[in-house]
Amino acid sequence: MNDQRPDPDALLRAAAREGKGRLKVFLGAAPGVGKTYEMLTDGAARRDAGIDVVIGIVETHGRRETEDKVHGFEVVPRKTIEYQGHILDEMDIDAILARKPALVLVDELAHTNAPGSRHDKRYQDIEELLEAGINVYSTLNIQHLESLNDLIASFTRVRVRETLPDRVIEDAELEIVDIPPDELIERLREGKVYIPEVATRALGHFFSKSNLSALRELALRRAAQAVDAQMLDYMRANAVAGTWAVNDRLVLAISEQPGGPELVRAAKRLADALRAPWTAVHIETPRSTGFTKAEHTQLAETMHLAAQLGAQVATVPATSVLEGLKQFAADARATQLIVGKSVRSRWFEIRHGSVVDRLVRETPGLAVHVLPFEPSQFRRSLPPERSGGAWGAPSGYAVSLGLVFVVTVLGMAIFARGNITNIGLLFLIPVMVAATRYGLRTGIVTGLISSLAYNFFFIPPTHTFTIEDPQNIITVLVLLGVAIVGSQLASQVREQALLAQASSAQNSSLAGFARQLTGISTTDELAQVLCAEVARLLDGNTMILIPEKDSLSIRASCPSGYKLELLDEAAARWTLDNNKPAGRGSDTLTASEWLFYPVGTAGKVMAVFGLSRSDARAPIRSDQLPLLLSLLDQAGLALERIALEEEMSNLAHVRERDRLRHALLSSVSHDLRTPLTTILGSLKEIRATSPEQEQQLLATRSEAERLHRFVANLLDMVRIEAGSLHQSIEPVDLSEAVASALHDLGATLLDHPTHMNIPADLPFVLVDPQLFHHCLINLIENAAKYGQPGTPVTIAAHRDAHGLALSVEDEGPGIPEGQEKRIFETFTRIEGSDRKGGTGLGLAIVKGFAEAMGLEVLAANRTDGMGASFAIRFRPGQLKEWPRE
Amino acid sequence: MSNPLTILVVDDEPAIRRLLHAGLTRADYRVVEAGSAKETLSAIRIDKPEVVLLDLGLPDRDGLELIPIIKSVGPAVIVVSARDATDQKVAALDLGADDYVSKPFDSEEVLARIRTALRHRLANETAHPIVRCGEIEIDLAGRIVRKSGVEIHLTPKEYGLLAELAKSPGRVVTHAQLLRSVWGPGHESDVEYLRVAARGIRRRLEDDPSQPTLIRNEPGVGYRLILS
Repeated sequence: MNDQRPDPDALLRAAAREGKGRLKVFLGAAPGVGKTYEMLTDGAARRDAGIDVVIGIVETHGRRETEDKVHGFEVVPRKTIEYQGHILDEMDIDAILARKPALVLVDELAHTNAPGSRHDKRYQDIEELLEAGINVYSTLNIQHLESLNDLIASFTRVRVRETLPDRVIEDAELEIVDIPPDELIERLREGKVYIPEVATRALGHFFSKSNLSALRELALRRAAQAVDAQMLDYMRANAVAGTWAVNDRLVLAISEQPGGPELVRAAKRLADALRAPWTAVHIETPRSTGFTKAEHTQLAETMHLAAQLGAQVATVPATSVLEGLKQFAADARATQLIVGKSVRSRWFEIRHGSVVDRLVRETPGLAVHVLPFEPSQFRRSLPPERSGGAWGAPSGYAVSLGLVFVVTVLGMAIFARGNITNIGLLFLIPVMVAATRYGLRTGIVTGLISSLAYNFFFIPPTHTFTIEDPQNIITVLVLLGVAIVGSQLASQVREQALLAQASSAQNSSLAGFARQLTGISTTDELAQVLCAEVARLLDGNTMILIPEKDSLSIRASCPSGYKLELLDEAAARWTLDNNKPAGRGSDTLTASEWLFYPVGTAGKVMAVFGLSRSDARAPIRSDQLPLLLSLLDQAGLALERIALEEEMSNLAHVRERDRLRHALLSSVSHDLRTPLTTILGSLKEIRATSPEQEQQLLATRSEAERLHRFVANLLDMVRIEAGSLHQSIEPVDLSEAVASALHDLGATLLDHPTHMNIPADLPFVLVDPQLFHHCLINLIENAAKYGQPGTPVTIAAHRDAHGLALSVEDEGPGIPEGQEKRIFETFTRIEGSDRKGGTGLGLAIVKGFAEAMGLEVLAANRTDGMGASFAIRFRPGQLKEWPRE
Repeated sequence: MSNPLTILVVDDEPAIRRLLHAGLTRADYRVVEAGSAKETLSAIRIDKPEVVLLDLGLPDRDGLELIPIIKSVGPAVIVVSARDATDQKVAALDLGADDYVSKPFDSEEVLARIRTALRHRLANETAHPIVRCGEIEIDLAGRIVRKSGVEIHLTPKEYGLLAELAKSPGRVVTHAQLLRSVWGPGHESDVEYLRVAARGIRRRLEDDPSQPTLIRNEPGVGYRLILS
C-alpha cells in the first residue's frame, strides 16, 4: 500500500462488528480431540474472572471429565420439541436472550436443529445471539466446514451432512484444539471418543493415522488463514504498511545457465507447498545479446517448462540482473525469491560482488532461496562463441583499411612540410570509426595496422618498424587503447539499442494488436484477426476454436481451411476443459501436431488457440512465449468484452420490450379509466323516473363498477408480472391498515359483520402501505364474496415463534381439498361457485403483491371446518417494535 | 349566489370536463375548462378561479410542474388523476396541492373536497380557533381537546399531530408534512412516530379505536381529520 490511510472497507467491517457479540470457535481436526472440554475450561476461567457465563447447550456424551467440568456453570434449560413422536431437546434461544448473559457456551456449531425450531441450523441461533450482543463460545470439527467438505470426504470417504458456511467463522476467533493422531487413536481405543452420525464401519478408515494427520493439517491451515485474514483486516483498518502479506507469492529468477529445469521444478514444488502463485522471470541485460545459440535454447526451454508447470512467465529488461530482480520482486509483491547459485568465477564475484549476497542485503522482508545447480549440469560452454559473426563484417575491415590508407596519404602530405610529431593523432580517426561502427575486433585490427603504418611511415627511422624514441611507443599504445575502449563503449550502446529495439518491436506488435482489437465487435472478426496476427508474428499456422453448446469447432484459421484430426480435437478439448496448454510441446497429448492454448479471462476459457509449424519444429520458441501469451490475454479480454456487449444488447432488447409494455400499461390505464370515470360519474348523476329505470340504472352501475374493478385488477396483475412494482417499505400499524381497508371496502361488507382481533401490543409490520392495502382489500373482499350472507368475516393477528400471522376467515364452503395452492393462480375460481362479481384475479394479486414484499400467503380451511382461512405471514425481520416514548 | 365562485377544470379529456362541468354547474359554481397546461396558465390569469381541479396527465407538460405555479397565483389545487401511485399523490401534496381525488371519482366526493378547500381558503385560522368534529372539540387557541365537553389529556406530540390536522380539517396532510411540523425537520421519514401518536389519539378519543372515525389513514400518503 502506497498511501497510509486506513482502508474504508476494513473500517466498515470493524464498525459492523462493534456492538455485536464475539464468537470464539474451538476448532478440532476430528471428534474426540477435546474441544468441548477445552471450551468448558476456557469458560470456567472467564466465569472465575467474574464474567457472567452460562451454558446454552453442551453434550457431555457421558464423559466423566466433561461432566465434572459442567458443574459450577449455570445451565439454561433446554427446550423440548416433539417431532414425529420423538421428543427432541434443543437449545432454548429465547431463554438465553431473556437471560442475556455476557458469554454463552454452545456446543457443536454445525448442529442441525430439530424440525420446527426457529432456525434450521444452530449457527443461525448463534448469529442471533451475537446480534443481541452476547458473546458465544462454540466448537467445530474441521470436516463440517463447507469449503472443505468435498476435499475431506474424498480422502476419508465419510461425508458429513451438517455443513457450516465458511463466513460464519470468518470473523470468529479460532482456537485450535489439537492432539497428536497417535494419542487420538489411543483415546478412541479406550472408548473415550463419542462419534456422532458416523457409521461404525467407516470408523476404522476415518481414524487412520494418515487421515487424522491430513485433517489436522487442514485445521491448522484454516486457523492460520483466519489469522492471516484478520491480520490483513487489522492492518488495512490501521494502515500498517510494510511487508505483511502472509499469502505467499513466489518469484523464480531464470538465467541462461544450464540447470534451469531443475530450478524450475524445485520452484514448482515450493510453490505447491506454499499454495502460492509463482512467476518465472528472466532479467534481460545488455549481456543477453551476447548469448550463444546453446544459451538461447537453454533459456527458451527453461521458460517453456516454467509456463507448462503453471508459472507466469516474464522477461524484463534491466541494466543489471540485481536491479531487475529487485524491481520485479517489489512489483510482483513477492515474498519468496528463488535464484540459482551463480556459476560465475570467483574472480567475477570478487570484482562485482555476488548477486545473491546483494539481493539478500537489499531486499529485507523477502525470503531468498539459493539453490545449487546439479554438478552434472555444470558445463559452461567455453569460450563463449559470439553470435552473429563476432569477427565483424569484411566490409568493415575494408572501410577501416581504406581510412588508414587515406590518413596515411594525408599524413605524408603534411609530413612533407615538416616533422609534426602529433601527426599520430590523425590515426585516431580510422581507429575510432572502426571501433564504434564495426566492433571490438575490427577496431583492434585497425589500431594495430594504424600503429604499424604510423611507425613505418612517420616514426624515425622511417620505412622501418623500429622505434627509437620511447615517446612514440606511447602513441602506438594510445592508438590500441582507444580502439579497445571506444569499441567497447560503442558496442554496449549498440547492444542496448538492439535490446530496446527488440523490446519495442514486441511492444509495438502488442500495441498494434490491441488497436486492432478495439475496433472489433464480433467473435468471428476477432478470431480472424488473432489467427492472422499470430501467424504473421510467429511465422506459423494458427487456428482458433470456440465452444458452442457441446461442440468445439474451428472458427478461423490461418492459412484457412484446416480440418481437425481426432487427436487434435481431443487436445483442444482438453485445453478447454482444463485451462492448460495441450498438444505438441506441452505435457499432454503430445502426439497432436498442434499446440493448443486456452484463451479467456479469470479462469474462464472462452476459446482455444492452436499453433503449429509446417516444418515439424516445436510450434513455439520459448522466447516467443511471453509475446504469444500477451496476445492471447488481450484476445481473451476482447472476447469477454464482445460477450458482454452481446449481453448488453440483449439487455437493451429486454429494456425496449419493458418500455413498450410500460407505455402500453400507462396508456391502457389512462384510456380505460377515463371513459369508465365518465360512465360511472354520469350514471350517478342520472335520476331515475320510474322503478324499472331505477333497477336498470342500479344494474348498469354495478356492472360498470365491476368493469372498473376488473380493469384495476388486470392492471395490478400486469404490474406484478412485469416486475414493475414500485415499493417503499415503511412501518405500518396493522390495526390502522385493516381499518383503512374496511373503510375503503364500505358497501361490499354490508352483508357481513367484521370481527377484528388485533392485539394492541403487536409490533409494526414492514411493508409497502399501498400494496399491503390492496392485499387486505382483496383478501377481505374474497372472504365477503365466499362467506354466506350474514356470516361474519374475522380478521385476527397473532405473534408466534416464526414471526407474525394476519388471518382473514370466512364462513362459507371452504377450499376444496388439494386446491390450496391452485386458488392463487390467475383466473381460478373455486368450482361450484356460481356467484357473480369475481374476476378470478383477487387472490393472485394478493399473492403477487405479498411476494413482492417478501411475505408469504397461505390458504387453508378453518380448523373448526366452518370456512376458509387465509393468512399473511411476516418473518421476524419484517417486524419492528413500537418505539418507546 | 350572486357572485358565484369559479372552478377551473383541467383535463385533456373532454368527456371528463363535461362530466365535471355538469356536476359543478348544478352546485352553482361557475366553471371554466382547460385542456392543456398552456390553457391552464392563461385561464388562471384571466378567469381568476378559486379552485383548480387538475389532471396530472396533460399533453404538453407534467401536471406536477403546474402545482407550484398555480399555488403562487392563489387558487386551491385539487389533483384529479388516474395515476393512483402513492408517490404521485405524495409528490403532488408536498408540492402544495390541497387535496387529491383518484379517477374514477364520485361527483359528491369532488364537491366535498372543493367545499373543504374553499373553507380552508376562506377561513382565518385565528378567527376559528375551535375545530369541531362530532363530539370532539379541538381548541387550537387554548390547546385543549374536549370530548362531549370533557377535557381529554393528550401527550404533547399527540396534541401536536391532532392540532396540525385540525388546521386543515378534511384535507389529507402527508406524513412528511406532519413529521416536519410536529417533530421538526430531520424526522420526515420516522413514520413510526406518527403511527404511535395516531394510535394514542384514537385510544383516548375514539369510541372504538379499531373502527376510527376521527383520523383516517390514507395508506402510504398521510392522515386526514374527518369532520362530522
